[in-house]
Amino acid sequence: MTKRLRPRLDLDPQTVKRARALAREAGRPIVKLARQHTTVSVERATLRLAGLAGAEPDGTPLVNRLLDAVRSDVGLEHGVCLPVWDALSRQDTSDLQWLSSAAAAGEVRFRIPEGRDATRAKTAARRSVGAGLRRIDSRRRERERLVKRLGDPRQKPWIYLIVATGDIYEDIPQAQAAAREGADIIAVIRSTGQSLLDFVPEGATREGFAGTYATQENFRLMRAALDATSRELRRYVRLTNYASGLCMPEIATLAGLERLDMMLNDSMYGILFRDINPIRTFVDQRFSRQVHARAGIIINTGEDNYLTTADAVEAAHTVTVSQLLNEFFAREAGLENWQLGLGHAFEIDPAVPDSFRLELAHALLARTLFPDAPLKWMPPTRHMTGDVFRGYLLDGFFNLAGVLTDQDILLVGMMTEAVVTPWLSDRDLALQNVRYVVNAAGSLAEDFVPRPDGFIAQRSKQVLTESIDLLDQILEHDNGLLDAIADGTFGLMKRPADAGRGLEGVAQKARDYYNPATDLLDEDSAG
Amino acid sequence: MSDKTIVRPYGDMTGDGMVQVSFTLPLPHDKRAEGAAVQLANKMGIDPALVAHARAMGANYTFFVVYGRVNHLVDVARVDVVERDFPLLTSKEVNLAIKKKLLRRLVVVGACIGTDAHTVGIDAILNIKGFAGEKGLEYYRELKVVNLGAQVSVPQLVARAKLERADAILVSQVVTQRDAHILNTKEMSAAFKEAYPAAERPLLIVGGPRFEERQAADLGVDRVFTRGSTPAEVASYLVHACTREKSAATRKANT
Repeated sequence: MTKRLRPRLDLDPQTVKRARALAREAGRPIVKLARQHTTVSVERATLRLAGLAGAEPDGTPLVNRLLDAVRSDVGLEHGVCLPVWDALSRQDTSDLQWLSSAAAAGEVRFRIPEGRDATRAKTAARRSVGAGLRRIDSRRRERERLVKRLGDPRQKPWIYLIVATGDIYEDIPQAQAAAREGADIIAVIRSTGQSLLDFVPEGATREGFAGTYATQENFRLMRAALDATSRELRRYVRLTNYASGLCMPEIATLAGLERLDMMLNDSMYGILFRDINPIRTFVDQRFSRQVHARAGIIINTGEDNYLTTADAVEAAHTVTVSQLLNEFFAREAGLENWQLGLGHAFEIDPAVPDSFRLELAHALLARTLFPDAPLKWMPPTRHMTGDVFRGYLLDGFFNLAGVLTDQDILLVGMMTEAVVTPWLSDRDLALQNVRYVVNAAGSLAEDFVPRPDGFIAQRSKQVLTESIDLLDQILEHDNGLLDAIADGTFGLMKRPADAGRGLEGVAQKARDYYNPATDLLDEDSAG
Repeated sequence: MSDKTIVRPYGDMTGDGMVQVSFTLPLPHDKRAEGAAVQLANKMGIDPALVAHARAMGANYTFFVVYGRVNHLVDVARVDVVERDFPLLTSKEVNLAIKKKLLRRLVVVGACIGTDAHTVGIDAILNIKGFAGEKGLEYYRELKVVNLGAQVSVPQLVARAKLERADAILVSQVVTQRDAHILNTKEMSAAFKEAYPAAERPLLIVGGPRFEERQAADLGVDRVFTRGSTPAEVASYLVHACTREKSAATRKANT
């Protein structure tokens, strides 16, 4: 990436430092908590790294079946690796698929090996799981080669478009058409409700609710199709999906194995907006972030959600706080700055006076705080009324704010938002809108220097101050962030640590817990 | 003015009948495609039709903007509208109405009952994330939402409803094998009728893609929501039904 002149605000470095320090202080106990626990999905992701794939005829994935068998014999707290590789070595095999059916048939009993048996199991597990990580490494190198050969998008911001038919075989031609029309990034929206499934569906799927299931086979099919289109267009087209919900560690792993390029991955989204248990989320989050770090995947965080559920002016500082927390959690897990697609959105009520200046202030604050992160700029949804003509104008202003504040990833707004899922013509018009603004504005960002004492600068500083106040308020709780989440400090949602979905899939690690995936990934993030 | 029943679209002069439409045809952009657009417009009753704009979208599609005079008349006297029997409210209006009339939060308990594990429907309505760009009921400040999730038994649901002093029960049923959705719903409504005196029974609402709105009485519930129902519709109905019923107020007096 060429170094360009980024527009920036003149923020007091001490204040910025303090904001980051507070985020670190709030985040640290959460990391500690995450390291003390494991979840069913982390363990299943580990089995997937070791090569276990496929499902029963009834759709139950083999990783679920094997883990459930292990859990009923010896519990979750030791991790899946010791009992599984002990059982394999006792049977003198390395065939996980066989083991999963034998376990389901009751032919194998699991135990926690000790002494030499434990050492043997650990060595074998580390070899198998390590092979999975090396597969992820090779997919990353493959991406780097392709990007080098085919090239990145020619313009900034990168253009991000969504497809969502529910049928992977319909998604593919739509995604290819979108790429030909100018999309640099294709996101396949997931089926409603997938985030609450405690398993990853298997195979190519043709039926989804307002989206397409994230499965390994769907990932593979779409990536292969976009590889073909990338070659045709001489530009590497990136693919995005969602590592969120109850199975995010597994989905992150599958994304790494199938060379997806970006993943939606937010530290608190599942807790606040899906009522998933906080501990479950934080444990799963950390693992999936570590996998993304290893896989060279850019994460996209979900700050737009704060603005679609609360007033975008009043809640502006919650976006900043969430970005700071996401940054801390991401860096702790080994993600580099270039992998932090921190989110924010153009959601201020257009009827508010100076709404565009406020948007610029908020966007520029994010730009200034995170100069090296590929910020993701998301279009208006809340104030799209169905008046498509007015919506087109609003999207034009959204595009202009994106260019003016030098955003990196621009999710293309559709004038038919809130009316229909985008038609071919909607997408075409939306891309014309983006192209016009990007062309017409050119490098306007370089000239965009808000007056130091002007409205935009003042508003940015105000939001930063409010962010620091909110972080202070979080830290005033006995149990910091966990308590703050429990008592509804973030918007309207009260999410106590001992409630929410997926809690039954969490266990505190035993003293002899062993998981080579987390060990190897921890070595990465420490390094 | 008001007694005029025959009208035409209005461009810039009364009676000019002018309309504007846009559409895409799966044809490469050429003269034939533009002719095809005119033909379609003519068949829609637009005559003369002017193709104001045509643009190729890829090799095989063309987008058109067409202006023209439509020769249809509209008879306002013969407009037949199916009226919703309750007004559709914004979230602000919902909150305000509950605050004013109930003087407390309205309690909603939701679940998928029986063996149905498909929480898509109930989550679309209840989760703050919502559905089709609309926030779910959790978003409404004056609604207390208890979402029990999937595979909840009827006795569990009744017990929780009592514990929470529920004003309304929302049940989602997606699986329809061997009429499971009908049987489960009837079991649920029967259980509530047994567990509560009639005046205190919470509102029973069921939703799912295979229900029909007219089935409510037969199922023993107060309301059925079918495919495509949105959180705002459900919230508006809750306000309508709970603030209308005396039972809600009585229960408040008893607490």
